[in-house]
Amino acid sequence: MLKTDFQEQNRFFLNMGPQHPSTHGVLLVLLEMSGEYVLDPQPVLGYIHRMHEKMAESRPVMGFMPNTARMDYVCALPYNHGYVALIERKAGIEVPPRAEYIRVITSELNRIASHLLWLGAYLLDLGAFTPILYGFDDREHILDILENITGSRLTYCYYRFGGLSRDVDDKFVEATRTFVKRMRKRFDIYKKLVTDNIIFIKRTEDIGVVSPDMARRYGITGPNLRGSGIAYDVRKNEPYSVYPEFDFEVPVGKNGDCLDRYMVRVREMEQSLRIIEQALDRLPDGPVKAKVPKKIKLPPGDCNFAVEAARGELSYYLIADGTDKPYRLKIRVPSFSNLSCLQELSSGILLPDLVSILGSFDLVIPEIDR
Amino acid sequence: METISILPPELIRMFIAVIVIITFLFLNGIMMGYAERKIAGHVQRRPGPMEVGFHGILQMIVDGVKLLAKELIIPINVDRNLFRIAPLLSFTPVILPLLVIPFSEKLQARDLNLGLLLIVTMGSINVMALLVGGWGSNNKYSMFGAMRAVAQCIAYEIPILLSMLAVILMTNTFSLKGIVGAQENIWFIVLQPIAFLIYIISGVAETNRAPFDLPEAESELTAGFHTEYSGMGFSLFFLAEYTNMFIVASVATVLFLGGWHGPPLPYGEYLGIVWFFLKVYFLLFLMIMVRWTYPRVRFDQLMNFAWKYLIPFALVNLFITAVVVKL
Repeated sequence: MLKTDFQEQNRFFLNMGPQHPSTHGVLLVLLEMSGEYVLDPQPVLGYIHRMHEKMAESRPVMGFMPNTARMDYVCALPYNHGYVALIERKAGIEVPPRAEYIRVITSELNRIASHLLWLGAYLLDLGAFTPILYGFDDREHILDILENITGSRLTYCYYRFGGLSRDVDDKFVEATRTFVKRMRKRFDIYKKLVTDNIIFIKRTEDIGVVSPDMARRYGITGPNLRGSGIAYDVRKNEPYSVYPEFDFEVPVGKNGDCLDRYMVRVREMEQSLRIIEQALDRLPDGPVKAKVPKKIKLPPGDCNFAVEAARGELSYYLIADGTDKPYRLKIRVPSFSNLSCLQELSSGILLPDLVSILGSFDLVIPEIDR
Repeated sequence: METISILPPELIRMFIAVIVIITFLFLNGIMMGYAERKIAGHVQRRPGPMEVGFHGILQMIVDGVKLLAKELIIPINVDRNLFRIAPLLSFTPVILPLLVIPFSEKLQARDLNLGLLLIVTMGSINVMALLVGGWGSNNKYSMFGAMRAVAQCIAYEIPILLSMLAVILMTNTFSLKGIVGAQENIWFIVLQPIAFLIYIISGVAETNRAPFDLPEAESELTAGFHTEYSGMGFSLFFLAEYTNMFIVASVATVLFLGGWHGPPLPYGEYLGIVWFFLKVYFLLFLMIMVRWTYPRVRFDQLMNFAWKYLIPFALVNLFITAVVVKL
C-alpha cells in the first residue's frame, strides 16, 4: 500500500485487546492505523504472566508437573510429555513401551482436539458462527475419552516420570477406535461447510503470506512453518518417544498464506488419526510405570528436550545443580515466535485481514506469557 | 361515540392501522428472535432455547423484560443528544413502510401511488441512525461501524433501485397494490429472475445481515456501531433490524413473488395474507440460514461486489427490460 500524505496525517491508535473477541485471551495489539488500514501493529504481552519458569526453580521436579498443563491449556498433554521426557533424559529413567504408546495416543488425541478448537475459533474470527459448534461437538468426544483415563478435561496431569499415573482399560481402546471412525466421516462435513466455501477462500487466500525465509528468520514452527512449505516436524526430524515406529506424513503447504496454514492443520488431524490407529493396533501389554525413586536427584549439567506441540516446537531446557530442584528451567514456546512476525507481516493491510492473520497463527496467549 | 363520528373515518382507519402495525412489529421481533435462535441451534446441532415455556417459546419475552429493566448506560464522553436520538431514529422509519405494504387485497393501510418510493426513502433514513449512533458514541470501533454502514448502504441502494425499476417498467406503477395486481397470472420472479437475485442479495446487505454484517462485525469491531448501547437502546436497534428484514422480504414478495396471490382461499381478499406471510417468512428463513452458514466478507470485497457485479448486471437487466417492454 502506498503511504500517502493523507494517511500520514490521519494516523491514530487503536487498542485491539486485551479484551477483544478476536485476540483470544489477553493479547493487546496496539494498532497504528489510518482509516481501515493497519500501518503498524505492535503486540503487547504480559497481561497473564504467572512466573511459571520461576515456580519450577522453587520446588521438586514433580511439583512443577501441574504447571506444564497450564501454559497451553488447549493442548496440554504434549506439554506434560516434554517435561516428563526431559526429566527422564536427565535422570536416566527408562520408560516401559506400553506407557510410551499411550503417551503417543493421548498426545495425538489432544492435538486433534486443539486443532478442532482452532478451526472453530478461526472461523469465528472470519464471521462464521457454526463451525465452532461442530468442532466442539467432535472435541467433546475426545475430552470424554481423556477425562475417563486422566481425570481432567483440560489441564491434564497424566504422565509421570517413568510412565503414567495409571493404566488404560479396554473401554478406552474401544472408545478411541469409535472416535477415529467417527472423525474420518466428519472431515467431509468440514470440507463442505468450510473448505469449499468461496467466501472463506477469498478471506484466506494470499492473506498473510509467510515466505520460507521469513519463517526461518523468526523461528516459526509447527503448522505455521509447514504452511510455508518447510517440512519440519519434531516428530520426524528429531524423533522422540515411539514416533519413529509409525507411518505418517508431514503435510506441507505451498504459498504460506492463511489458507495453507488452515489446510495443513486439517490434514494434520488426518495424520494424527493414522498414528492413533497404528498405536492402538500395536499397543503392547506390560507395566505402565517404571520404578522411580521418590526423590529424583538431578545430576549437575544441562539438558534439552523438544516435542511437537499442536502449535509447533516446544522445548524445555534445564540446568541442574545436583539437587532435586532445577537451577533454571527455560521453556521455549512456539506461539511466542509465531506471533513475533506479526508486525512485519501485517503493515499496510486491512483490519479484517489482521484478524484473519492473527487467527491463522493459532495463538494461545497464556503460553506466550507463561 | 359523538367525537368519533366527527373525526374523518380515514384518520381513524390510519390510527388503528398504526397501532396494529406497531403491535405486529414487536410481535415480529419476538418471533424472529425466537426463530433465529432456534434455527441457529438446529443448524449447529444443539436444541437452542429450551427452558422457558414449551421448547423455550417464551424465551424472547423473558429477554425483552430483561432488556426493558436494564439501565441505559450513557458513557461520559458521548454526545448525549445524538446518543439518545440514534435508537429512535433507527426505529421510527421502519414503521412507515409497513403502512403501504399490501398484506392482502383488502388489508392495506393506505395505497399510495408512490408507495415503493416511500419504502426506499425510509430505508435510507436507517443509515442516518447508524451514522448518528456510531458518531455519537465517541468510540473508534463504533465510528468504524458507522463509516462502513454508510458506504455499504449507499453502494447497495443503487442495485436495489435498479432492480425495482425493472419491475416498475413492466407495471408502469409505483403503487404496491398495482404491482401485485399485475402478477395475477405470472409472478415476476419468472420474468425477472436476475432482478430478483440482485434484490435479495442487496437486501441482505442493506439490512446489515451476515455475510454482509460489516457494521457490527463482532470479531473485528467488537459490536460495531452499537458497542456502547445497552438496555432499550440496544433492543431498539435490534427491533429495527428485524423489522427491516421483514420489510425487505415483504417488498421482495410484492415485487417478485406475487404478493397475496396463491391457490384460492375462502374470503380471498382478506385471507390472501396467509400466502403473503408464507412467502415472507420463507424468505426470512433463507436469510437466517445464510447467516448461520457463511463467513463474513471483507469490506473491499463487499464494495467490489456491488460496484463491479451487481450494478452493471442490474443496469444491463434494466436496459433489456426497457427494450423488450417498449418494443
